[in-house]
Amino acid sequence: MNILLATFHREWQLAWRNLADAVNPVAFFLMVIALVPLGTGTDKTLLAAIAPGILWVAALLASLLSVDMLFRRDYDDSTLEQYLLLPDCLYGIVWIKVLVHWLFSGLPLVLISPLLGMMLSLPPVAMPVLMLSLALGTISLSLIGAIGAALTVSLRRGGLLIAVIVLPLYIPVLIFGASATAQAAGGIFPAGQLAILGACALFALGLSPLVVMAGLKNALES
Amino acid sequence: MLENKPNVFTSLRIWFHRWGSPPWLYQMSGTLLPWLAVLTAALILTGTVWGLAFAPEDARQGNSFRIIYLHVPVSFLALAGYYIMALAGCIGLVWRMKVAFWALRAAAPIGAALTFIALATGSIWGKPTWGTWWEWDARITSMLILFFLYLGVMALANAYQNRDSGNRAASMLAIVGMVNIPIIYKSVDWWNTLHQGASLKLTSAPTIHGSMLYPLLIMIAGFYLFYALLLLLNLRCEILTHERNSRWLQDLLRVKG
Repeated sequence: MNILLATFHREWQLAWRNLADAVNPVAFFLMVIALVPLGTGTDKTLLAAIAPGILWVAALLASLLSVDMLFRRDYDDSTLEQYLLLPDCLYGIVWIKVLVHWLFSGLPLVLISPLLGMMLSLPPVAMPVLMLSLALGTISLSLIGAIGAALTVSLRRGGLLIAVIVLPLYIPVLIFGASATAQAAGGIFPAGQLAILGACALFALGLSPLVVMAGLKNALES
Repeated sequence: MLENKPNVFTSLRIWFHRWGSPPWLYQMSGTLLPWLAVLTAALILTGTVWGLAFAPEDARQGNSFRIIYLHVPVSFLALAGYYIMALAGCIGLVWRMKVAFWALRAAAPIGAALTFIALATGSIWGKPTWGTWWEWDARITSMLILFFLYLGVMALANAYQNRDSGNRAASMLAIVGMVNIPIIYKSVDWWNTLHQGASLKLTSAPTIHGSMLYPLLIMIAGFYLFYALLLLLNLRCEILTHERNSRWLQDLLRVKG
C-alpha cells in the first residue's frame, strides 16, 4: 500500500512540475475545434448537427497525442526497471500511473468541453451529458492508449505507430460517446449509452493493466 | 514410470510439440504442398466454372450477383484469418514457440490482403446493386476496421529492430484486437441502425437456392484450402529466413543439390 501511495505522490508531483504536458492536449483540442468552422463555414444548424461528432473526434485525438508520453520518461531514466522489480505491485502502479495521467490529460478536456460545445452551438441541455460521456470515455481512452504506449515505449518512432495500433480500438468509445451527446442534444437522456461507456471503462480498468504489464516487460527485454 | 506410458495426452502433447520444430514443419509442409495445391486448384476451378457459367442468373441482380463466389469466401477468411493469427500469437506467448510467432507474421499480410479484396469486391458489387461504390453499411465498416487492425499488427511487428520483441508485441496486440472484435462489431452494428435505419441489407435477399449454393460452398472450401496453402508458403519463407544458418537446412539444401 505504501508503495502505491508513494507512486501516486511521485506521479502527482511529476505531473505538477510538467504542467506544459497537461496544457498541450487542451490547446490541441481548442485549436481543432476552432479549425472546424473555418473549414465548414459558420452555419449554426450545420455546426450544431456535427458538434457531438467533432467534439468527440477532437477529444479522442487529443487524448491519443498525450498518451505517448505515459511511460516514455520512466523508460528513459530506467524507473520502469525498478517498477518491474515489484511484480506484486505492478498492477497497482500501472493503474495509478494511468489514473494520474488521466487527471492531467483527460480531465482538462472534460472541463473545457462545454466552452467548446458552446462555440459549436451545441444546445446547452447537452452540456452535462457531453461532460459525463467525455469523463467516462476518456478513462477508457487513456487505458486503451496505455496499451499502445506500453507496446511502443522502446521504439524511438512511437508517435505515429501508436495512432495506427490504438485508433481502431478507440472506435466503440467514440460511437457510444458521440451518440450519447447527440441524443442529449435532441432532448433525450441517453442512459443506455452512458451505461455502456461506464461498462467499457470498467472493462478497460480491469483488463488493460494486464496487457500493459506484459508490454512493459517485453519492452525491457528487447 | 507411469508417466512414460503412452496415452492419449502424451501422444497429443508430442504431436503438438512437433509443430514447434522448424525442420519437421518444413519437410512436412514440403510433402503436403503439392497435394494441397492440386486440391485447392480443383475446388476453386470447379466452383468458379460452376458459379460463373452454370449457376442460374439471379432474378433481381442478374449476372452481377456472381461476384458472390469470390466475395463471400474471401470475407469469411478475412475474419477467420484474424482469429488464426491471434491464436498463433497466443500459442507463441504461452508456450514460447517461435514457429507460432512466424505463423503470426506469415498470416498478417495474407489476412490484410484478403480483407482488402473483400472490401474491393464488395465495392464492385455495390455499384450495380446499390448504385454506389461505398456505403457506410455496418458490415462494410466493420470490414474496414478489421483492415485497420491488421495494419496495426503488421506495423508493430515490423517496427522493432529486435524481431523477438516485435513478435511478442504484435502477438499481444493481436490478442487485444481479438478481444475487441466482438465489441467493435456490436458497436458498429448499433451505430449503423441508429444512424441509417433499414436502408440496404445484403442478407435480406431471398434465401439462396441450391443450384447457386453448391458452387458457393465449394468456393468456400476451396478458399479455406487456398488460405492454408498461402499460410504454409509464407511460413516456409519465414523458416528459411530464420533458419538460414542452421545445420539441418544446409544439409537439406546440399542433399537437394
